[in-house]
Amino acid sequence: MKERMLRKIRETIVNMVYRANVSHVASALSIADILYVLYFKVANISLENINSKNRDIVILSKAHASAALYSVLYHKGFLSKDYIDGYSVDNGKLPCHIDKDKSNFFEVSGGSLGHGPSLGAGFALAKKMDNNSGRVFVIVGDGECNEGSLWEAIMFVSTHKLNNYTLIVDYNKLQGFGTTDKIICQNNLAERIKSFGFKVYEIDGNNIEETEKTLKLKSKTPIAIIAHSVKGKGVSFMENKLEWHYKSPNEEQLNIALRELKEKY
Amino acid sequence: MRKTFINTLIKLARQDKDIILITPDMGFSVLEPFFNEFPNRSINVGIAEQNAVSIAAGLALMGKKPYVYTIIPFLVERAFEQIRIDVAYMNTNVKLVGIGAGFTYGAAGATHHAIEDISLMRSLPNMIVCAPGDNKEAEQIIEASISIEKPMYIRIGRHNRGIFNNNKIKIGKASILKEGEDIAIISTSNMLPNAYDYFINLKKAGRKPYLISMHTIKPLDKKLILKLINKDVEIHTLEEHSIIGGLGSATAEIIAESGKCVKFKRIGIPDEFCHIVGSQKFLREHYNLLFE
Repeated sequence: MKERMLRKIRETIVNMVYRANVSHVASALSIADILYVLYFKVANISLENINSKNRDIVILSKAHASAALYSVLYHKGFLSKDYIDGYSVDNGKLPCHIDKDKSNFFEVSGGSLGHGPSLGAGFALAKKMDNNSGRVFVIVGDGECNEGSLWEAIMFVSTHKLNNYTLIVDYNKLQGFGTTDKIICQNNLAERIKSFGFKVYEIDGNNIEETEKTLKLKSKTPIAIIAHSVKGKGVSFMENKLEWHYKSPNEEQLNIALRELKEKY
Repeated sequence: MRKTFINTLIKLARQDKDIILITPDMGFSVLEPFFNEFPNRSINVGIAEQNAVSIAAGLALMGKKPYVYTIIPFLVERAFEQIRIDVAYMNTNVKLVGIGAGFTYGAAGATHHAIEDISLMRSLPNMIVCAPGDNKEAEQIIEASISIEKPMYIRIGRHNRGIFNNNKIKIGKASILKEGEDIAIISTSNMLPNAYDYFINLKKAGRKPYLISMHTIKPLDKKLILKLINKDVEIHTLEEHSIIGGLGSATAEIIAESGKCVKFKRIGIPDEFCHIVGSQKFLREHYNLLFE
């Protein structure tokens, strides 16, 4: 069941990106597992409680990977098929970067990096102020950690001891021009975030069991999870290849990708 | 006007427990009464304006009513993209309160001059832009802001020349302070006292001027401007702001598309950074914004 769902989520992502002929397929595949675990295993978000202030919040700050969110929400039953079909097409329902107006299940709009961490801090603070339950999960990319505003948020969250806040870094090691550590060194990212007062875990972000186990942990301090992931995970020719930050598969590549997904998941 | 803001906000906050004051460590000796009365609703995020704006948006998305307070350039320019996306695009109920309109912090230098803010804020969809001309306008705008569930930018200035507009004001509708016939001086923000002097000078010169306070830049009171145009009234706009993009530009757009022709003049700050050292008064004098 789990494996089938992971396959379905990835198939939808690859098909969407192929049809729309847009970028960022590899970023979406990189976080597909984390989003699956959040929406299917961990986060208290449902059709019934979507308007509740006590539910969990999931913010995808690296909104260029929106195809993964759309696919997970679709397979969870939160988005209908016409949304998926209307991904990045004229007069469609879903843009390449998240527009909050399009669905109640989108917590925030996105597309510019470094906003999600602070927005999430606002959500988490509001919950604390009103003694509301629910956790706030913010997913950022490792490249996104270059943004200064992310560190503003980290300082704020730790100062205010927002232990309902969990930052998830999708650490797939690649960004615009190459490997993240070469562009802006952050190979001690866990140590850095820890020094601000976060409880930090390092996990394999494509390992479902480990991700689920870690996301379910609670702490007296804010939590950060460095999720070491593989960009393009699941499609061999996309894995760890910078070019798939930009490229969209052609028909032949699509078919190979779908075949591989069938074999692997 | 800063005291008016905080006193009005305190009054509102006593009635509405969702009001939150956020500052990026600015407002010493102004904000303390709010901090003291509502410690749990006072958030100093530290010197981090981008964070201040996005946190406010997050709070607003959870039903809170945040007011973000700091010096204008650091608010609207440092955090412009956060305002654009997290406030305007997401249409969140965030109130941005910028202090130091125009040359209020004159001697502090150009980093502190607030002369492009109206231009920036009025270009954002969903954003309401208010620039009160005296404390009475400021008080009414702050009071009204709490029932407007939309993004709003409130430009706070400084002058100690008392009240010029005693009318009940409505956001989006200009206040006609003096009825006239052949010329209108339209003022915004803390230029209101100077506009009054300008008005007196016009009268002395034998003109029959209107004196108008345009405390709301967006939505602009287009109806009133068209009425003036149709009556063939010469229009002068006055603002302590760049002549690019502010009240003058907004008025010019209406005139240009009206299909009619009236005499028109923008009075404001020319397209340059100010390298002159001096107080607000000195800089106003330099830029011909004093009419005493």
